[in-house]
Amino acid sequence: MRGLGKTYPAVKSRRGAPGTPEVRATDGVELDVRRGEVFGLLGPNGAGKSTLVRQLTGLLRPDTGSVEILGHDIVRHPERAARLLAYLGQESTALDELTVSLAAETTGRLRGLDVRRARAERDAVLEELGLTPIAGRALKKLSGGQRRLACFATALVGERPLLVLDEPTTGMDPVARRAVWAAVDRRRAERGTTVLLVTHNVIEAETVLDRVAVLDQGRVIACDTPAGLKERVAGEVRVELVWRERAPLEVPEVAVLRERAAESGRRWTLRLAPEEARAVVATVTGGAAFAALDDFTLATPSLEDVYLALGGAARQGLVKT
Amino acid sequence: MSVVPAEVLPGGARAVPDTAAGAAELGPSARLWPSLVAVYRAQLSRARVARIPLLFVATFQSIGITVMMRGVVDSGHEAQSVVAGSSVLVVAYVALNLLSQYFGQLRASGGLDHYATLPVPPAAVVLGAAAAYASFTVPGTLVTAVFGCALFGLPLSNLWILVAVIPLAGAALAGLGAACGLLAPRPELATLLGQLGMSAALLLGVLPADRMPEVVRLARDLLPSTYGVEAYARTFGADPDWAVVLVDLGVCAGVGVVSLAVATWAYRRAAVR
Repeated sequence: MRGLGKTYPAVKSRRGAPGTPEVRATDGVELDVRRGEVFGLLGPNGAGKSTLVRQLTGLLRPDTGSVEILGHDIVRHPERAARLLAYLGQESTALDELTVSLAAETTGRLRGLDVRRARAERDAVLEELGLTPIAGRALKKLSGGQRRLACFATALVGERPLLVLDEPTTGMDPVARRAVWAAVDRRRAERGTTVLLVTHNVIEAETVLDRVAVLDQGRVIACDTPAGLKERVAGEVRVELVWRERAPLEVPEVAVLRERAAESGRRWTLRLAPEEARAVVATVTGGAAFAALDDFTLATPSLEDVYLALGGAARQGLVKT
Repeated sequence: MSVVPAEVLPGGARAVPDTAAGAAELGPSARLWPSLVAVYRAQLSRARVARIPLLFVATFQSIGITVMMRGVVDSGHEAQSVVAGSSVLVVAYVALNLLSQYFGQLRASGGLDHYATLPVPPAAVVLGAAAAYASFTVPGTLVTAVFGCALFGLPLSNLWILVAVIPLAGAALAGLGAACGLLAPRPELATLLGQLGMSAALLLGVLPADRMPEVVRLARDLLPSTYGVEAYARTFGADPDWAVVLVDLGVCAGVGVVSLAVATWAYRRAAVR
């Protein structure tokens, strides 16, 4: 990767976050993010994503390790982070009582723009994201998705080569979501902007990320392209069976399956080789078992399956249900 | 959009990049005054959305106190302290109590991250917010002062002294409020400190000092709002001693500088943990 003759924004940090003692929020995390890349951090609640992001943005000093952004040492000079990156956190309390337009303008001013440029960039960004009609309304009075989009707008005013976005699309409708990714894409294509995205949303992760690091208990348990990660479990398909009332355990084939299934109420989830899956589907869609079957799905692996296969915490899904 | 470069392969992402070559140019950082003005303007606009009811409460509370005290004290020296005390109380309510709550909540909710990830001098955030909260107090303080003077038959001729009293007492109290809000480990504690500070300003500032026991008078001398009250109260006389007024205002200014410096330090500490 250095063959291209560029320096890449690199994130390397080991063992961080004091706070509660004995909790290693980030534990020897080592990541390199390349310039112009949309890089994702995926993981369940408490995996250490936010801690990692706080270390990277200079908000939290790592106990050990180093963070380097575009050639600058952020551990030694945390104040430089603000001049290299724009951060969209999960909280909007600092902006809640401002109008969309003033929030964007003020943020631009605080990123060092003069009044004229701050206003020009504000207008351009609000227009780009379709926020102009609600520019005069206070963030507090907007719906969750609109407020999130307004916060995203503030992150774009006052161009930075690195965008750190913590769950940027939470609560957004598809139109707003599309506006966010279009804006990100445009900046990447035109200016080579790098994006570090923290997300819970596996489906979004699959569609927008170039590479993804899966975090679990403060460690990177995998780091690859979404396709590369999925290949690791390519040999498996996921079969979900939903029984009407209860599983027909009197059918011997079903009773055998029970040991391999993850049960959740009436729902059984199985990870099987394709041939096995076919046999299972044949079994449950014919004969006595079919009468007890409410629904079934057969799916190729998703990032969520990858996460589970990698041994994510508590073996729960990433998407909260 | 997930076009994957050929070189992106498992294990290929481990090389440590060259740090010396081609460090990116740093973006501009915001200078003190422009960012202070930007913060001030943004904070002032919050008043329209969130603060107006509270400003009414502050004013009515002070007016209520003057009415209540009208039944207790006659005109004369004591009336002067009541009017001055209840006027400065508006400053204590808004600058000390509300600002302490604001920063306490901002800190607890992670709202400080927004400012901390912008290249803005900490002093700009603290001073901008303090200045805005001090400005919020202007209408309430004026209304209370005019009402009180009318009620007790005091002259309005030296009302202009409020032009100095409000910013200086405002700086001292807003600095204390900001420091309390940013240092309190929990937002409830910030609220409590703000309320206590305001109660102290109420009890020690409004009630005439002459009738107080020695301990209370000492406490009164320690409270910065007292000097704002005294400075204003002295100007009601026929021939005010302007030197003493200046000394009182000087104390407010001094406390203001120190408390705002502490608040700035507290902000830096709270923003980067």
